Amino acid sequence: MSNASASAVLELRGVTKTYHVKQGLFGTARPLTAVNDVSLSLPRGEVLGLVGESGCGKSTLAKILLGLEAPTAGQVLVDGEEIGAQDRMTLARRIQPIFQDPYSSLNPRKSIFDIVSLPLRVHGIGDRAHWEKEVRSILDIVGLPARVMNTFPSQMSGGQRQRVAIARALIMKPEIVICDEPTSALDVSVQSQILNLLGDLRSEFGLTYLFISHDLAVVEHLATRVAVMYLGRIVEEAGVAGLFDEAAHPYTQALLKSVLTPEPGLGVPDTQLGMAYPNPIDPPSGCHFHPRCPMATELCKTTAPRPVETPGGRVECHLHDPQSPMHNPKAA
Amino acid sequence: MTQLDTQDPILAEITGPTPGQMLRKRVFGHQGLMIGLVVLVILTLVAIFAPLLAPHDPYAQSLMTRMEPPVFLGGDWEHPLGTDHLGRDYLSRLIYGARVSLMIGVIAALISGVIGTAMGVAAGYFGGRVDMVVTFLINVRLAMPVVLVALAVVAILGGSLQVVIVVLGLLLWDRFAVVMRASTLQVRGREYVAAARAIGASTPRVILSEIMPNIANNLIVVVTLEMAHAILLEAALSFLGLGVQPPTPSWGLMVSEGKNMMLFEPWMVLIPGAVLFVLVLAINLMGDGLRDVTAPENRS
Amino acid sequence: MENPLLSVRNLTLDIPVGGGTLHAVRGIDFDLMRGETLCIVGESGSGKSLTSLALMGLLGKTIRRSADRMDFDGTDILTAKPRAMRALRGDRMAMIFQEPMTSLNPAYTIGDQLTEALLLHKSVGREAARERAIELLEKVGITAARSRLGQYPHQLSGGLRQRVMIAMALMCEPELIIADEPTTALDVTIQAQILRLLYDLGREMNMAMILITHDLGVVARVADKVAVMYAGELVETGPATDVFNTPSHPYTRGLLRCIPQPGKTERGSTLGTIPGIVPSLIGDVQGCAFRTRCPFAQAECKADIPRREEGTHMFRCIHPDGKRHAEEEVTA
Repeated sequence: MSNASASAVLELRGVTKTYHVKQGLFGTARPLTAVNDVSLSLPRGEVLGLVGESGCGKSTLAKILLGLEAPTAGQVLVDGEEIGAQDRMTLARRIQPIFQDPYSSLNPRKSIFDIVSLPLRVHGIGDRAHWEKEVRSILDIVGLPARVMNTFPSQMSGGQRQRVAIARALIMKPEIVICDEPTSALDVSVQSQILNLLGDLRSEFGLTYLFISHDLAVVEHLATRVAVMYLGRIVEEAGVAGLFDEAAHPYTQALLKSVLTPEPGLGVPDTQLGMAYPNPIDPPSGCHFHPRCPMATELCKTTAPRPVETPGGRVECHLHDPQSPMHNPKAA
Repeated sequence: MTQLDTQDPILAEITGPTPGQMLRKRVFGHQGLMIGLVVLVILTLVAIFAPLLAPHDPYAQSLMTRMEPPVFLGGDWEHPLGTDHLGRDYLSRLIYGARVSLMIGVIAALISGVIGTAMGVAAGYFGGRVDMVVTFLINVRLAMPVVLVALAVVAILGGSLQVVIVVLGLLLWDRFAVVMRASTLQVRGREYVAAARAIGASTPRVILSEIMPNIANNLIVVVTLEMAHAILLEAALSFLGLGVQPPTPSWGLMVSEGKNMMLFEPWMVLIPGAVLFVLVLAINLMGDGLRDVTAPENRS
Repeated sequence: MENPLLSVRNLTLDIPVGGGTLHAVRGIDFDLMRGETLCIVGESGSGKSLTSLALMGLLGKTIRRSADRMDFDGTDILTAKPRAMRALRGDRMAMIFQEPMTSLNPAYTIGDQLTEALLLHKSVGREAARERAIELLEKVGITAARSRLGQYPHQLSGGLRQRVMIAMALMCEPELIIADEPTTALDVTIQAQILRLLYDLGREMNMAMILITHDLGVVARVADKVAVMYAGELVETGPATDVFNTPSHPYTRGLLRCIPQPGKTERGSTLGTIPGIVPSLIGDVQGCAFRTRCPFAQAECKADIPRREEGTHMFRCIHPDGKRHAEEEVTA
């Protein structure tokens, strides 16, 4: 264990984020646990895919990693150093984001040069000539001609804007890039270009990605490890092959079932999930997933499963807990 | 053949106009905006070059030539717009009056703009307690009747150009605060703001370089509205005798002085009233136009 | 031979813009039988959404519509008076939009909005309309349907809202449903449920459906017929199995190579791309619009492009052996 954490470039220990949500004008504030005791360890050079439905807390987790939100409890360690102890400038050099919507992630009033060089200017690195050289070289790396420097975001297509956003994230050579749905706003043909680019950049610069996406086919393609999030908790984590070939948690299995591959004649699968994603203010008792789980028993309603180590990772489900009376990994 | 044959796809992709070019095109294509702008520029030039343009000293009284009618009512060219009850040249007083009106409009809008923008942006960006305090201050301010408060203050401190400007500047910030707060709230949620913060940019930097440029268009529109508002309020205060004091030439004061003669010499009220109307109309046309031409960028 | 429910020939949509005319849709043809599902697939700017609005008669005033034939079960949509179109819409043809958040009126209850169309088109009483609304809400899988009638749209989750939209479209038992990206804004699990629902209801009520989407997975799973749209043209149409198993137009093949296909695409491999962007459709467009991005383009592509047909599978390309290319690429 100590060995694993030593090589981890990013490590989360029991990270929890609780908001207090007021309902109505005079309602009392109620706690909403968006991220609940999340522990993850991300080895250098890996791509951790983070999947889950909207509202599961994946975007909050991304904000915590970027230093935009402080965790209520727990620690985030970058290279073994806690980020609460680092100032935002140091953190910014190590972790950079790429956001979902390239139309909202670039300031429409700034030229591409201003946008891409902003990190250098904020950190006071070099002079104008240096900035220009760096911007030119990073634009070339992300596949944009240098002449776009003087254009504005409104003159570019969605794919080009996302390349600009990638250039801005990479100009300071960070170690970790948080990709928050980086391709879901793009057209199919553009999406593949950006995915290829992200793949190339990773091997070229030895980057580590946290890749947040709801598109499981994309996650399977790019990720090396996958974490599945449900109501703020990581319910399963495993290597990509293990997770996609032998999903342990019933929720992971349902997610995988809902992927629509372009194969005609198969029809639309029945996920057997039932309808509603629960309200995070009122999480179900016991295992949070039990109201939607086809395998749920009385035990699941009362007792939350504990995390169990599996050959490839970790899962939170009674079916996989050898000490649980429900233990029956084959059933899942 | 058409643009289909462009060899370099990346070159073909970036051929649209820059935001600046698009704005310029829209500005020059907007009739109302251009009319308002031209009138305002002319009036501003008149105000700046008043000493060169005015045919007479606006303060020089001449008891021999009192209440002479304008040229178009049978007067002579010595006093093209006639003279007032003290024999002062009406045209010269109008020209100098433009200085008073514009100065009040610009400076009062500037003072209230700085106050209101600072409050509104702070409330929108920081939220929480700051927002609560600012919202409370806005509500307090909105509950005060501007004219009555201005009357009371001017009555205590005495009317003068400076007092009127400062009082109006300190009273008209409410709309700035409301609009800037709403605009900031909207822009604060954009991902480029999160990106700048993730880069490590300081809060002042994020506000000045990421947020301000994107709410400036709304600010400009409010500036024009409040300029017109301040000019009208000054005229009203002066008309009531609690604004700019005689013998300073102010359009509101001229209307006030002319009102005694209104039944016999209606032009004494109509002429300053008309220029006041034209100035305020020009400013409002410009404000409306600016709102029109800056809106499409916000939408995209 | 049964007559088609909807028959469209040479539908053309022109939009006057500053620099000339934008040829947004350029002469598309298709037939739709009762109970059949047609998927129109394409990227942004291909004209697919405009096509759906043109069918419903909901185009903006500035858009010029022309066609040789637009026949809905004997009614000529082209010449139909606005009043006749209003009688059709909501009654015999209904539309489901992408964003359930904005397509439901926040000021009215679910019940009011559900019964509105029925009260407008059919001579039924208010009570009967409410009963029908409850029946349909239950059919689309909404629990506690009776109490939902009094709720407002903001009280429902995204998935529930989209279900309400579907129930609303079904109120008058339409013969044709046009759904424009009905699941794009939803989570994958909800997407699968909604698509399954639409698919089953279509079968049950013998409804024809036009589904507009950019998601090839969705297309493959629900379509009987596929129409691939590029730059305002249908470049390939045919039965779903034919189009997916032997994609013949270079654009269709390109699209299929762009998406990672679980089980087929090697994890982490480079995805196919379609370089360049969709050309401007302002001014005269001659020849194949895809030639600027096509790996097989040659001088002849600037001339008129022949339609190649094999049974009901049609594509437009100067290469008669599109099929052979497809097989080569699949085996390569």
